[in-house]
Amino acid sequence: MTATAPERTSTALPSLPAVYRSRISVELREFFRQRESVVFTLLLPVLLLVVFGAVLDYDLGSGVNFTQYFMAGIIAAGILGASFQNMAISIATERSDGTLKHLAGTPMPRSAFFIGKIAQVLAVTLASIVVLLLVGVVFYGIDLPTGSDWLTFAWVTVLGAAACTLLGIAMSSVAKNGRSASATVTPFALLLQFISGVFFQFSEIPSWMQTFAALFPLKWMAQGFRSVFLPDALAADEPAGSWELGRVALVLGIWCVLGLLLCIRTFRWQDRG
Amino acid sequence: MAAVADRPRPGDPLDPDAAISIRGLVRRYGDFTAVDGLDLDIRRGEIFALLGPNGAGKTTTVEICEGYRARDAGEVRVLGEDPADGARAWKAQLGIVLQSGSGDSQLTVRELLRAQASYYADPRDVDEVIALVGLTEKAGVRGRSLSGGQRRRLDVALGIVGRPTLLFLDEPTTGFDPEARRQFWSLIRSLRDLGTTMLLTTHYLDEAEALADRVGVIARGRLVEVAVPSALGGRESAPATVSWTEDGTRRTEATPTPTAFVADLAARFPGEVPDLAVSRPTLEDVYLQMIGDR
Repeated sequence: MTATAPERTSTALPSLPAVYRSRISVELREFFRQRESVVFTLLLPVLLLVVFGAVLDYDLGSGVNFTQYFMAGIIAAGILGASFQNMAISIATERSDGTLKHLAGTPMPRSAFFIGKIAQVLAVTLASIVVLLLVGVVFYGIDLPTGSDWLTFAWVTVLGAAACTLLGIAMSSVAKNGRSASATVTPFALLLQFISGVFFQFSEIPSWMQTFAALFPLKWMAQGFRSVFLPDALAADEPAGSWELGRVALVLGIWCVLGLLLCIRTFRWQDRG
Repeated sequence: MAAVADRPRPGDPLDPDAAISIRGLVRRYGDFTAVDGLDLDIRRGEIFALLGPNGAGKTTTVEICEGYRARDAGEVRVLGEDPADGARAWKAQLGIVLQSGSGDSQLTVRELLRAQASYYADPRDVDEVIALVGLTEKAGVRGRSLSGGQRRRLDVALGIVGRPTLLFLDEPTTGFDPEARRQFWSLIRSLRDLGTTMLLTTHYLDEAEALADRVGVIARGRLVEVAVPSALGGRESAPATVSWTEDGTRRTEATPTPTAFVADLAARFPGEVPDLAVSRPTLEDVYLQMIGDR
């Protein structure tokens, strides 16, 4: 063999699944290695569960404790954090620090970026739910869902996370950078949590606030999860007098479509200018 | 005259053999014309340095070639394709080191390079690339924990791990100390020896002089001149300046024949010619004149 300049041995680009795997592993490590995001996204809901569980320990009727009610809300809030807040802030950061522009200059198929993000949201959502259920069951004697409630739990999670992920990606294009995304998205998410039946019983909230909350996904996610965690007798306390699961699916579905259209219209790989 | 023959004239056809061929390129941002009718061919295998002040249109030109920006007029071919519709296979032949870097990461240097390598058909060995840019000791350190100069070397590593045919380097050594710059230069030379074509933009004239086969000076969106570094601005044939001290005053003379002139001087003085200095215009002198005058 003679020493020659290295030849291109193959020209076939890597397969989609291979690049997807690579991006998924990048996104999982990016999230779980960043202490701030893990604390903010995963531990804050747990902390709130501990605090609210200890303080608001009253009976809602039908032998149901507020903690059981709060479980539904805090899981919805946890999913909002794992999807909407996480995507809006992380993608805005990656856009302003040049990560996205760098990726756009490589032969990485662009779908791989989104696959990686979706995997990250799924992993964080799952971790959030498992930790919350564990703490709830061990320390507060939460009753786990039974039978077909698990199915409802699953589809509300998937549909809610999908809608919030798409809205988070769309939101990231509005912000100038990660910090300004955080400053916009965090108060908005907190406000939604207050009026969507996370921290307080939804039935106690003034009706005009209920109407406003009903425009956004969080209220419907929390309602769907209440149908999972609360006995059906308490459905009478809901504004419509029932869990309205059909409407939950419809509103979350509409937000998925709207979110997707917004993403397609607004997504950019680099800062304007 | 060599400088004129070195570059295409407006209206010349695109050069199919060139790594990059640009004709009549125009890009406007609102009322501001960033690139104003640029014609340029970059040959395969050469290192071409684009010099110019901030806002002259360097980065706009480079980013149009990389496929990041649209153009308002003109034709561009990069490795035979129009960057405006560059597909994955085309991008796989490019290496891009952006002025803005490659971002902040929780991943280590080695992990980042592995991920980057996974996008390419025939990537270089990750550890070899790490060694090539001198980051072996930092291979296990997270991207965001690197110093500015180390980060820039990581950017370069990410740019070359895909084994590019054509490498874009947009102000690669900004923020380097002199020693890091020298090390970077030897890295660039070794890449050239592997046959990589490079388009380099820089503020540093010594960098262009040390690395580039040819230099293009861009000012106000136009290419002012293209030449080998030693001939830029007619520098090689420019008159030399001889200065010395005589009768207590500083004397300066421009002459096309400095050797003969100094010999005459030596004959007039009994010993050493006081404060004798002979100089030719530096690259900086001709560069500043070029970007200032036109």
